[in-house]
Amino acid sequence: MSGAPLSSLSRSDLQDRLRAPDGLRLHIGRFVTGIRSRHAQVADGLATLYADYRLADDDTFCDYAVEVGRGDGLRTFVRPQSVFRFEGMQPFKPLPGDQAFAMLEWGLNWVFTNHAQHYLIIHAAVLERDGQGLILAAPPGSGKSTLCAGLALRGWRLLSDELAMVGLEDGLLLPLPRPVSLKNRSIDIVRGLPGDPVIGPMAHDTAKGTVAHLKPPRSSVEEALSRVQPRWVVLPKFETGSECAVQPMGRARMFMSLVSNAFNYPRLGVTGFQAMGRLVEACDGYTARYGSLDQIVPVLESICSRPA
Amino acid sequence: MNRRTDRHLANALAHPDITAGFGARDWEALIGQARTSDLLGQLAEVLRDAGDRVTVPEPVLFHLDAALRIAALHRQSLLLELAVIASALSALGEPVVLLKGGAYAVAGLRAGRSRLFGDIDLMVAKASLDPAEGALFRHGWRPTHLNAYDQRYYRQWMHELPPIEHFTRGTVIDLHHTIVPPTSGHIPDPARLIADARPVQVPHCPDIFRVLSPVDMVMHSACHLFYGELQKGLRDLYDLHCLIGEFSSEESFWERLLPQAQAHQLEYPVLLALRFAQRVFGTAVPEAIAEECDRRLGRRWTGALTDHLIDASMYALHPSSDSTWRRARRHILYARSHWLRMPLHLLIPHLAYKAFIHDEARVG
Repeated sequence: MSGAPLSSLSRSDLQDRLRAPDGLRLHIGRFVTGIRSRHAQVADGLATLYADYRLADDDTFCDYAVEVGRGDGLRTFVRPQSVFRFEGMQPFKPLPGDQAFAMLEWGLNWVFTNHAQHYLIIHAAVLERDGQGLILAAPPGSGKSTLCAGLALRGWRLLSDELAMVGLEDGLLLPLPRPVSLKNRSIDIVRGLPGDPVIGPMAHDTAKGTVAHLKPPRSSVEEALSRVQPRWVVLPKFETGSECAVQPMGRARMFMSLVSNAFNYPRLGVTGFQAMGRLVEACDGYTARYGSLDQIVPVLESICSRPA
Repeated sequence: MNRRTDRHLANALAHPDITAGFGARDWEALIGQARTSDLLGQLAEVLRDAGDRVTVPEPVLFHLDAALRIAALHRQSLLLELAVIASALSALGEPVVLLKGGAYAVAGLRAGRSRLFGDIDLMVAKASLDPAEGALFRHGWRPTHLNAYDQRYYRQWMHELPPIEHFTRGTVIDLHHTIVPPTSGHIPDPARLIADARPVQVPHCPDIFRVLSPVDMVMHSACHLFYGELQKGLRDLYDLHCLIGEFSSEESFWERLLPQAQAHQLEYPVLLALRFAQRVFGTAVPEAIAEECDRRLGRRWTGALTDHLIDASMYALHPSSDSTWRRARRHILYARSHWLRMPLHLLIPHLAYKAFIHDEARVG
């Protein structure tokens, strides 16, 4: 990961690269990703949120090449759409043009989940503290990303806000730090937190409501190649007005909860079962119900600072 | 499209040594083309077999390894499904012929190594279709096309029943009674195909499975490709390249190939298969057969046009090998496949139904 950071490019250089056949090539975690787009919003989002990511050298192999296009024919000029393409394939229906950056983020999630088969991939936020990993696994709407943003802004290392990638051979968590996806009210909550949060372009009226992303801390981006031993699994559940209740959780329940949040568990067969077993053996599990970040963050910090 | 890299996939599959001079852009084109053509696992096998002759850069190995892992999982799941299918169908007391990918895999053929499997294709005698379908229903498979029109389309006109899907595992079975749609006007003899089929051992299964004889397997693979929509043209042609290469040494394979295809009224797709396998992968075909092939194809007045169209489907649908004109030719091939499958007096009402009524019927 040599290369200058994206922030070293001028705005017009950035746009030129996004339009070039090879695209803008960035190191995202262990992968080199090529991004092409003519959407100004994509350039804005990248300049704001990916400023600390390293540019790949010209002779580096690009793992995944993606594009957020404007649509065919007339669409190029009139009410452009956001069309996501991976290697020329179009895995999703187009979205409105003003959701281009969100489309890029969703598309990248899809690419990593579907092609990196060396990992058991769980829908979860992952953070690190003192060399040990915390997995926040929950279905959408549980407040996982907001909590993840809150911890990252307090100095936890962000590994991912969407994908826990557990190595099938070594059982370690692979960092894939990317902007943290925030929805609706959580955008303002995170904007108000200390730690100078930087928020990217807003996409309104998406399938998930209003969506915006938090820039990942620079140190998390720079440490993206060092893998982490998983240590804690927490199932967060935000409920407005709720008291804070954190309970230990048995291994069987932890296992099944992680299975229900895993993307590729059935596909991996026996290998997936073994990897999940090893993960659960290595971790202490908790369920956490809470009504505000102020309640839950100190509790998590005290749990995760106990000697291993 | 890039003229320098657009044939990388076919060339590397045929001659892995050409990757020796590859730079990062070449590898990107190769991996991307293989991924979009469902040939990444096969490419990984070829490069692995080449051993020391080929040096694959570390980041590229990651993707090849991912493909091998996926393929191994596909194979595992295929064997599991076959064990369930065997227990469902053993009471029929009839042989069940595995077709296409499943057959290549259990017969241990090169074409089946690290190949991805979609549906499981089975063939039974026409008289056994209903009992076989019933037995599979009792083991958890369910119809997917519930619409009366689709049911009739398959049952009356096609060479297979409507696909059935397992209600928990989602695996899909296509149950065939012959290898081309009867409406195409080509009438092979399915009883002969089943009688000539060879037994094959599948782990944990009673002895009910068969695979087509080498000549019939090539013939069916050719029909599937050249009477089909050619959407996975390169993958299907690579299957043929592997099959022909492996069967070449079988006694009387070459003597029987064209006569037997003729007897089953399926000579045309076999001729095309030989021509394109030679052209794209350099498949070795005896000189006399190659000449006969050219002679017979040369007699068809649409020959040059068909060649030009088919040529387009032998490139990956990847930015490095795709172009507007190649895409347009693929659309024409798609139309051609319907034309080959049905006479006009059936095709026109069928397409009209699909265009104007089908979606409403589904919504209703």
